[in-house]
Amino acid sequence: MTDLETTERATSDRGTNNRDIVLKARDLRKYYPIKGGVLQRQVGEVKAVDGVSFDLYKGETLGIVGESGCGKSTLGRVLMRLEEPTDGTVEFDGVQMYEQSGSAMRKMRRDIQIVFQDPYTSLNPRRTVGEIVGEPFNIHPDVVPKKGRRKAVQELLELVGLNPEHINRYPHQFSGGQRQRIGIARGIALNPKVLICDEPVSALDVSVQAQVVNLMEKLQRELGLAYIFIAHDLSVVRHISDRVGVMYLGRLVEIGDEDEIYSRPTHPYTQALLSAVPVPDPTLRGKRDQITLSGDVPSPANPPDGCHFHTRCWKVQDVCRTDTPELEVHQDGDGGHLSRCHFAEVRQVIETQDVSGRGKDSLFAGQGERDNSDAVAAGAAGDGDVQSGPDTRAPSGG
Amino acid sequence: MFGRDKHTAEQDDTHRDDTTRDTTGHDDANREEPATVVKGDPIAKPDVPPWERQGEQLLEVRDLFVEFHTSEGLAKAINGVNLTLAEGETLAILGESGSGKSVTAQAVMGILDMPPAKIPSGEIFYRGKDLLTMPEDERRKLRGPEISMVFQDALSSLNPVFPVGWQIAEMFRKHRDMNRSDSYDQAIRLMERVNIPGAKERVKAYPHQFSGGMRQRIMIAMAIALDPKVLIADEPTTALDVTVQAQIMALLKELQEEHDMGLILITHDLGVVADVADRISVMYAGRIVERAYVDDIYAAPAHPYTKGLLESIPRLDQKGQDLSAIGGLPPSLTRIPPGCAFNPRCVMAQDVCREESPPLRDIRPRRQSACHFAEELLDD
Repeated sequence: MTDLETTERATSDRGTNNRDIVLKARDLRKYYPIKGGVLQRQVGEVKAVDGVSFDLYKGETLGIVGESGCGKSTLGRVLMRLEEPTDGTVEFDGVQMYEQSGSAMRKMRRDIQIVFQDPYTSLNPRRTVGEIVGEPFNIHPDVVPKKGRRKAVQELLELVGLNPEHINRYPHQFSGGQRQRIGIARGIALNPKVLICDEPVSALDVSVQAQVVNLMEKLQRELGLAYIFIAHDLSVVRHISDRVGVMYLGRLVEIGDEDEIYSRPTHPYTQALLSAVPVPDPTLRGKRDQITLSGDVPSPANPPDGCHFHTRCWKVQDVCRTDTPELEVHQDGDGGHLSRCHFAEVRQVIETQDVSGRGKDSLFAGQGERDNSDAVAAGAAGDGDVQSGPDTRAPSGG
Repeated sequence: MFGRDKHTAEQDDTHRDDTTRDTTGHDDANREEPATVVKGDPIAKPDVPPWERQGEQLLEVRDLFVEFHTSEGLAKAINGVNLTLAEGETLAILGESGSGKSVTAQAVMGILDMPPAKIPSGEIFYRGKDLLTMPEDERRKLRGPEISMVFQDALSSLNPVFPVGWQIAEMFRKHRDMNRSDSYDQAIRLMERVNIPGAKERVKAYPHQFSGGMRQRIMIAMAIALDPKVLIADEPTTALDVTVQAQIMALLKELQEEHDMGLILITHDLGVVADVADRISVMYAGRIVERAYVDDIYAAPAHPYTKGLLESIPRLDQKGQDLSAIGGLPPSLTRIPPGCAFNPRCVMAQDVCREESPPLRDIRPRRQSACHFAEELLDD
């Protein structure tokens, strides 16, 4: 349990252990068997999550970034106990999650909820929005009495910026952004302490993405939620997160607060990842620190020995091929933070500008907080099978 | 003015009583070739890049309209698009889903399914020849050797039941009448050129045996096989991880310089555009709403939609940023609002925006915007 010790040490190092920890994951592992041959015997395993430990504080946002196949979505599902872990523990509010039996676990899920990536497949098409958002109240009938449920659902719709009168509509009558708002309404229905968001904005168009990100920030301020924000988009994660963990092939390779990860990264993978993200500013063309990695992410079924990243790393030495580095504190020029590299060294890949408070005078400031637009009337609802009902008024302006 | 057919004629009517507005340059802006060369431009650089030189453009799209007949009615996917592309130039077409950016590319490439698609009017010139009036077998001869395309999703664009080498070699068999072994040699050469390790051993492997990034490299190898002059890349990196995206964009850039290709990059990613494009056309609801050089557009957007997009994306190099979202949704193409298509979402919208569709017009040297209030926006 070296990871555990290091994490404890690191948190006390940084003096943050006086804040309330709401979720504590220790050495989480999830292996999927690979079966083969005539007898379907196990011939190997995919180590989707391979020893992940972290703490989540009350009311904060922890971003988890990584490329496809790094195990970040599996981590989200294991934290929700949608999948049983192979090994490891999750302590939620001081209670061991994986030791809970059926009814106790169900009770625990009131406080930990999830929002899925794809708003087109995560809502049941045969149920109305009222039924979808109100379902948590049926499972936990003691939260809201039966009589008050319709009103509670309408309040939730109002809270996420939807028109409460649309309670009897079906998911296909909403646009992608509106469906994601429905998914969020369902997630916060029981007033949870932790909301796990698995790529909540990556299926949305650019102009709609910002609406949902702003909504999530507003809800966090109003409800004091803690988010685990899983995404592959490093810019969105920087914007919303207080702390960020970077995953590569099932392991956390670096974790720290926003500045530590984005301004003072010490792991070569984090540095490469940051340098590969295009910045929407043509004046920086050719001036940015470009680290081009060769090759693709290796298969998680057969990860490289030693440090998983050594096949693509420019700093690789013999020790990297044989010894797995621990996640431990490395100096980053301004204190230190956890990084999993034998040769961790700070390298500033991007120059950060602090633009706090500058967005107030932007042209579209304060727009898109609500999405009352009638997607059916506007003809913008997702699937092609929308029946044009009697309600054909043009969308109102603004 | 326009007046080539009923659609443009209708448009013409809406603009005719538009006497208070600046009407100079409507014509030019929509024709583009004179618009990009502004005489006596004080900021013109002495060495004029090829796409600013007067003369024959590699590719020119004039007043293109595309519509789809669907069960919900007529979807007007493209409503009067003008484009030019010169040798060695990178033109980015930026837009969200449903803006018509991919349909434009498919129309140029000649791979629209007709029906349901229909091109009621417009011209697409490749080196002075109109592709739309050309007989199909002549057009087929251009597709590959002259104009070529890279698609977004390499897995569904490659044929799963043939080896990748066979698919690359097909270009040489069909267009150059090469025999089997010579065309395979060419396939290996191309796979090496796009940096696929072990090309010789993997030439007979099937698409599913490659990773996403490698499949995209195979798509690129097929597209550049016959040294085309125009390469259209439709969201070439959207399905890829960010480290692989950087590799693919670098490869495209390298190949473009090597062959002096004109590259049309279709994307929704403002970051990728800032990194590689020379000029940008921003599309919204089937029209180009702003056209400018990449530096100008990022420094000071001249259309509220462009400005809203730039304000709504989080930036990796900024902290404490306030995101401003654009309210509402892009319109359905079957029900594009009257006037400016962006007016229901625009914070600057006035009555004129709901009544008159603003034409794409010159507002500054070498840049055009289709907004009634472009000058006000720029002066702010």
